[in-house]
Amino acid sequence: MADYANNGNHSGLRLKTGLAEMLKGGVIMDVMDVDQAIIAEQAGAVAVMALERVPAMIRAQGGVARMSHPTMIKAIQKAVSIPVMAKVRIGHFVEAQILEHLAVDFIDESEVLTPADELHHIDKHAFTTPFVCGAKDLGEALRRIAEGAAMIRTKGEPGTGDVIHAVKHMRKITSEMKALTVLTEQELYAAAKELRAPYELVAMVAKTGQLPVPNFSAGGIATPADAALMMQLGAQTVFVGSGIFMKEGNIRLDVHLHDSESAALFGAKVGDPFNPEERAEAESRAKAIVRAATHFNNPAILTEASEECLGAMKGLAVGMIEEADMMQNRGW
Amino acid sequence: MSEPLTIGVLALQGAYDAHARVLASLGATPKLIRLPAELDGLDGLIIPGGESTTMLKSLERDGFYEALEAFVHTTPTFGTCAGAILLASDVANSTQRSFAALDMTVERNAYGRQNDSKILHEPSALPGGPLEMVFIRAPRISRAGAGLEVLATRDGDPTLVRAGHLLAATFHPELGHDTRVHQLFLDLVRQKKNE
Repeated sequence: MADYANNGNHSGLRLKTGLAEMLKGGVIMDVMDVDQAIIAEQAGAVAVMALERVPAMIRAQGGVARMSHPTMIKAIQKAVSIPVMAKVRIGHFVEAQILEHLAVDFIDESEVLTPADELHHIDKHAFTTPFVCGAKDLGEALRRIAEGAAMIRTKGEPGTGDVIHAVKHMRKITSEMKALTVLTEQELYAAAKELRAPYELVAMVAKTGQLPVPNFSAGGIATPADAALMMQLGAQTVFVGSGIFMKEGNIRLDVHLHDSESAALFGAKVGDPFNPEERAEAESRAKAIVRAATHFNNPAILTEASEECLGAMKGLAVGMIEEADMMQNRGW
Repeated sequence: MSEPLTIGVLALQGAYDAHARVLASLGATPKLIRLPAELDGLDGLIIPGGESTTMLKSLERDGFYEALEAFVHTTPTFGTCAGAILLASDVANSTQRSFAALDMTVERNAYGRQNDSKILHEPSALPGGPLEMVFIRAPRISRAGAGLEVLATRDGDPTLVRAGHLLAATFHPELGHDTRVHQLFLDLVRQKKNE
């Protein structure tokens, strides 16, 4: 059920893209528990993505990656006031129904999780909750928008800390949009066929030179400079997955605070970090990347932010990954 | 013809692009503001919607909070959604710092999460028909001081208020097709400039 009309309609596309507008110029951070969510909010994240394993861990551990446990999502919703997003498997509309029922603010139909359908993505028009989807090129972006996505993000190669494919996908989408703007009306029909995307959306992009929904970036962004690079290339906001809370060996930084039980056990004060160095490292990375996203055009501030950023995930060069193991090739 | 007004749009995060587009369509010159020094020489400022917690984090540095606080107490400013929260004297549903420029209490995310976002068309004090109001994870003005002029409401609660050189909305006129609220702000800026 397509719903581009929005006369006070509850599921109007304008409300969905409207929330995406509110997230512009910010950083959306992957978080795996309440402690991380609070660090993200306090660092200035515009939203958090609640998931049980960040892409780097999924990549290292294997297995089927699914929607996060509802209890975990609820705990994070309770802990922070910023929007909470969560991921569903490509095509898994029942996971999406559950997330809608949980009232998450955005659903990410994500290639990071193991796909549930080889052919069909979710009919996103059927939901009140807005969706974000990944894309490697303009055709893929427009197919997702046709299905009802209210935000597009580059796929990049998640969980690597290597920004090369986020750059590749953003440049591809941008250059394909530019190319459309010089075509005649006649030529747009053939362009739509080439892009395998609906003519109406292709014509819309040809006219404005932009996607009809906000255009964000994800996949391998690990440092303040990476975030600013994607913003300068045209991303309106960045998603940072494994880059903030991971250390070498695909282990999470220990950011946890003592509760009354553990404090008694370790002779510490309630609220003290278990591991102050690692918590400080995560906090510094989160803050520095937020600052870089705001001041993405200001080299002086980007230098400061890079200086203040402690450590970085080790990363995995995308060139070392077999084609078959790439997450970005999931979906069509 | 009078020279165009230069209106800053605080661009730390949020819907700054959408505001800049509407301002340009109405003949004003929008300027994105990311540093305290950039506030100099503006005729007026819009503080957009977004996440007020995120904006406060960015304001913590380089004396930006204090500079902006001084600015909004003297220069025409329009706050929408998160911007309205920053202008308020009191913030509820996690208490946070604010400029206390408008005598009102604003409750954050008072109408629920994104699934509860909606578009309403309601009568208002503005000339013309009903006003389109786009509410996104909207705050609620739960108390408006006697000095505030209420220009629109939702279920009896103010959604658009004016006092002196300040205007605040809990909805998003920048996402609608109705430019009357921005025009109202530009008229207010022009009037202050000519005083």
